[in-house]
Amino acid sequence: MGDITFIRDILLPPLLEGTVVTIKLIVFSIPLGLLLGILIAIGRVYGNKFISFFWTVYTLFFRGSPLLVQLFILYYGLPSIGIFFSAFAAAVVGFIFCSGAYHSEYIRGAIQSIKTGQMMAAEALGMTRAKAVLYIILPQALRRAIPGCSNEIIYLVKYSSLAFMVTCMELTGVGKIIASRYFEFTKVFIVVGVIYLLLVSVVTKFLDMLEKKLKIPGLE
Amino acid sequence: MNENLALIYQSLPYLLKGCAITIGLVGGALGLGFVIGVPMAVGQVYGNKYFSGLISLYVWFFRGLPVLVLLFLFYFGLFSLLGLNLPAFTAAILVLGLRSAAYQSQIFRGSIQSLGEGQMLAARSLGMKKSEAILYIILPQALRISIPGWSNEYAILLKDSAITYAIGVMEILTRANFISTRTYKPMPIFLTCAVIFIILTYGGVKILDLLENKVRIPGYGERRVEI
Amino acid sequence: MEKGELKFKKMQKDKGIVLRVEDIHKRYGKEEILKGISFEIKKGETKVIIGPSGSGKSTLLRCINQLTIPNKGRIWLGDEEVTHDKKDINRFRQKIGMVFQEFNLFDHLTALKNVEIGLVKVKKMDKKDAKEKAIEELKQVGLEKQANLYPAQLSGGQKQRVSIARALAMDPNVMLFDEPTSALDPELIGEVLEVIKKLALSGMTMVVVTHEMGFARSVANEIMFIEKGKIIDKGSPYKLFTNPDNERTKKFLCKITELYGKSEE
Repeated sequence: MGDITFIRDILLPPLLEGTVVTIKLIVFSIPLGLLLGILIAIGRVYGNKFISFFWTVYTLFFRGSPLLVQLFILYYGLPSIGIFFSAFAAAVVGFIFCSGAYHSEYIRGAIQSIKTGQMMAAEALGMTRAKAVLYIILPQALRRAIPGCSNEIIYLVKYSSLAFMVTCMELTGVGKIIASRYFEFTKVFIVVGVIYLLLVSVVTKFLDMLEKKLKIPGLE
Repeated sequence: MNENLALIYQSLPYLLKGCAITIGLVGGALGLGFVIGVPMAVGQVYGNKYFSGLISLYVWFFRGLPVLVLLFLFYFGLFSLLGLNLPAFTAAILVLGLRSAAYQSQIFRGSIQSLGEGQMLAARSLGMKKSEAILYIILPQALRISIPGWSNEYAILLKDSAITYAIGVMEILTRANFISTRTYKPMPIFLTCAVIFIILTYGGVKILDLLENKVRIPGYGERRVEI
Repeated sequence: MEKGELKFKKMQKDKGIVLRVEDIHKRYGKEEILKGISFEIKKGETKVIIGPSGSGKSTLLRCINQLTIPNKGRIWLGDEEVTHDKKDINRFRQKIGMVFQEFNLFDHLTALKNVEIGLVKVKKMDKKDAKEKAIEELKQVGLEKQANLYPAQLSGGQKQRVSIARALAMDPNVMLFDEPTSALDPELIGEVLEVIKKLALSGMTMVVVTHEMGFARSVANEIMFIEKGKIIDKGSPYKLFTNPDNERTKKFLCKITELYGKSEE
């Protein structure tokens, strides 16, 4: 059968279903991963010795080991000690834990780059540490962390494909199944590739718009 | 607990053989990426518009697609199409290497551009050809500046190597999975697997840090930045 | 509280003593920066502190509002002790205004919001009232037109004036100025000193650390000369500039007046 028919009738419908799963994966993982990153960064910079140590070890583990290994531990490993995640849940949890660690590095660096004078001025006004961090430090630090965090978000859009490796039927997984069935790997994965390129472009554009909106006039 | 430790101990030789494969993968891909990436960076900075545009396209393609998709596309698709019957290991090095070239070229491009045009101007004013200037003046500096970024690329490649599990390369994760399915003890095995990767990652980065210190030019690029 | 202390508190209240600093010591590692500083300030008084760099002047100011905790010594605001009171320190800080050498304006907020934020988040004022007060304060320093600009868009002198408005908005009992003009280009120093002078003349109690001798002479009720962590000399401007007790003071003032000339106020 012709290429066009193949693509239109056999390939695209399931691929689009898979794309929906991919979008679901990233819609859950990205904001929660970012939130976790913020919490970890605050814990490491302002927390006491134990909190700081715990999150440092956490970051070491999740940035030092491959995401795929972490997914395997969550999906194949945990059941042996009684914790059962569905494929989708395991993927989302893995993405959140992993990207949280990466985000925390960017945010932590950004917090540490804020002049100490800002905290001093906030405290001089009578703000508690918590208020100073929330209203003065974080708004500035998060803006500085945008390039790094945006990078990490784009990474997650692409690495969502690993969910297939723990049997979650997202875009790549659906593609592989169809490609195997019809032995049309090149065609299928070119289309899959195009869809990813589109997804990445859309997300990049969105993040660029966000960065523009949050820019502080006058500050580089 | 003891039986878990025993299992880990017994599995180590098998897993460590996987280390050799992994390191081979990473070394090969890093090397390929370097060999292709440096000329690409030079081409983007000093080349004409069309060449530069082509390189940008290459970079956009290899950076925009997930590793898994690239592996499937090339190993199951393109290589067969082109009649190449490459074993998984070689195919993996090729794909990871081509992808790494895209990232490395941007690291080197950034470093070259950070030198400013003064260096090239001075070299040309001495009578050097463009190619000589690039080889003897620009690259020695740019490559040194790139080491941190390159170190980062090593860490990323090392972790991406686990994805080659999907095309059957007998690296660390594949072997760990093999053991886990036979012994029904996924947790200790996969945790050990994770730890091996962590050691390779941070160990490698430390080695690259030492390398950076060895080739450091005294006093170079030290800016007293008041934060 | 023993009888002596009660009597002492009554004394402070009667005499209108706003700030009392007693035997402050501060050490950083092996180096002792402050070696026993004591003084008091009455309501409406302007005390100017002068001295060479590294003599501990900034550290002293930061000890007063406990941004730096002194190793030894006590501080009273009115008749309440500030030192050793971790729980209430924020309440005290609201009553002590501080203006920094590097301005420390909140870069992500407009001038107006910089002045407002203390009112809204610390004093828990109603947003409308806070905005009104903030605009009033900006008017006082001559910057109501720049209310919606960000710090990066303001000149150094404007930034410092906003920072003064921000501190004043909290209605402090005493204002601390830590070399307010040292980070400014010469042409911009005048506008800031003008504002500080106006403030002093209006009756605000303040401590000003500065190198601006002309300003010190015209505004200070008392000048203290601090060197190497100790108060070496003190007195009225007239006394210090014409007939100081200490040789060191004479030397320092000569050098400083040489450098800065007879600064206009």
